[in-house]
Amino acid sequence: MTTVTRTSQPAPTTDPPTTRRNRDRHHRGAARWIVLAALIAGAVVMLFPFGVIVLNAFKSPADYSAGGPLALPTEIFTSGMIDFWNRVNFGRKLWNSFMIAGSVAVLGVLVSLFNAYALGIGRVKGRLAIVVLFLMANMLPQEVLIYPLYYIAREVGLYDTQLAVIIIFTVIQSAFGTYLLSSVFGTFPKEILEASALDGASKWQTLWRIIFPISRPTLSVLMIFFFIWTWNEFFIPLVFLISNDNQTVPVALGVLQGQRMMDATTTSAAALLGIVPAIAFFLIFQRTLARGITAGAVK
Amino acid sequence: MATTSTPARVDARRRGYWIYLLPGGVLFLAVIVIPFVMNVALSFTEWPGVGEISWIGLENYTELFADDAFWASFRNSVAMIVAMVVAPTLIGLLLASALFDVIGKRFGGKSASTLRALFYLPQIVPVAVAGIVWGWILRPENGALNTLLEAVGLGEFAQNWLGDPGTALPSVMAIMVWVQIGYPVVIFMAALQRVDPQLHEAAEIDGAGWFRRFRAITIPQIRPETFVVALTCTIAAMKVFGPIFVLTRGGPGDATNVPSYFAYQNFFERADVGYGAAIATVLTLIIIALSIVFIRFQAASERKERR
Repeated sequence: MTTVTRTSQPAPTTDPPTTRRNRDRHHRGAARWIVLAALIAGAVVMLFPFGVIVLNAFKSPADYSAGGPLALPTEIFTSGMIDFWNRVNFGRKLWNSFMIAGSVAVLGVLVSLFNAYALGIGRVKGRLAIVVLFLMANMLPQEVLIYPLYYIAREVGLYDTQLAVIIIFTVIQSAFGTYLLSSVFGTFPKEILEASALDGASKWQTLWRIIFPISRPTLSVLMIFFFIWTWNEFFIPLVFLISNDNQTVPVALGVLQGQRMMDATTTSAAALLGIVPAIAFFLIFQRTLARGITAGAVK
Repeated sequence: MATTSTPARVDARRRGYWIYLLPGGVLFLAVIVIPFVMNVALSFTEWPGVGEISWIGLENYTELFADDAFWASFRNSVAMIVAMVVAPTLIGLLLASALFDVIGKRFGGKSASTLRALFYLPQIVPVAVAGIVWGWILRPENGALNTLLEAVGLGEFAQNWLGDPGTALPSVMAIMVWVQIGYPVVIFMAALQRVDPQLHEAAEIDGAGWFRRFRAITIPQIRPETFVVALTCTIAAMKVFGPIFVLTRGGPGDATNVPSYFAYQNFFERADVGYGAAIATVLTLIIIALSIVFIRFQAASERKERR
């Protein structure tokens, strides 16, 4: 029985595979265009919101009520956007966002570097428990910290100050940074550290003259991440920054939207002003970012 | 001299590193540990935010488990997991393999990476701003989506997308799929580059079609990345706040309320701090439990693979 099936099996399969594969290849020639068309259609759906925002950001209110949201503008109308910019003092919001995100990026990397130096290179006692603690802090929802932080900030006079937001995000971002850098530093070549110690370098000198220059690429990826993450944050800045002069870009736009105070064209102009910096950062940091995203995924 | 004192000196050298943990440790204590402990303590109290704090034991929790709004918010969390984890992971897997297998190989890497960037674009925009964009598109009067539906003759489907209890949650879910999709696409495309092309070639010679190769080779090979994506997106889905704040404020009714917004309401709008603290504590426990389940599951599946 087994021999029969074994001998009878190859007979039909010797010929069909080649024809099937040929048909398959032929078939794929058409199929790939279908796949391409489907993906382009998907990309158009993804881009539709951006397109519609750009289309309406430069429309006059009269133009909008006459032609609706999908018509092309009859003229380029910029005074809606300029009015909005001046009314909310958007330049100030950009500067606030930039100050907060920039300070957090630098301070967060610095704190991560110190922590990871002690944990990854110094291998202090109990380092595993400490790293797990930092990892857990990463998972905490901000809601479980917000009220006590709000209360403490009011008590010490830091409520509604950018400093409070900078301190909080420095800690939150460095919890991730510490976790990541500690594992990177754990694989740091020992010979280099030993050579440095033999040359009589102190720990402080070893950190700045050896560890820092060698790990600079990782630190810069981390810094970009911290900057963009902090820029995009909404919840904590919403709670802490209540006065107009302190608000960040997402908070200012989110609060205005919540009040339903803006007409259609002003809202699209405002949304465009929120999108443009994000796209600018993306284009500037693209290469480093792509590397960082994949580096973060593969442990 | 130097040789006799080595063990002590190694010990001293190790001890010297503690100082570097000091700034980070103090900050961590002040910003994470102490507020966390305070929040848990507050969840056993009744406190309007000023004046007397009264200890009420587990009363907030018993009230919470009998509160329809609380259960509604967690039902909506499940909806957020569907919209931010399940759908993006499945669609992302399909998109990434189409981009990698078809576009990358037949049309060149440049077209693949351009399309990838377009799918990733919503990820770089602040979620609050993305919420404004979509709130604007879904406006009931003169909104872009309703106008589009009318233009193609489907005007009868036009409606108040975010204001109607029946469509508000599906609309928010669709928006979150749009926000989230780029992340798995980017991760999975990087993962696919890791898969040995010889595996695919061998399977192709054996006559395996695209779908069988996808199921038997691609999915098992990129399992580690799938775990990372699923875990990080699940945590993000449990924490979602900005889009809800900007789009619906949890409404209409509690149709789109989520635990984080529900806690925010109790903290800052209803001045019921103890109750808000209890919601936040439960949310934290669920996130930690989910993470542990995920990590266990991943470890178990890795062990099985090695065997």
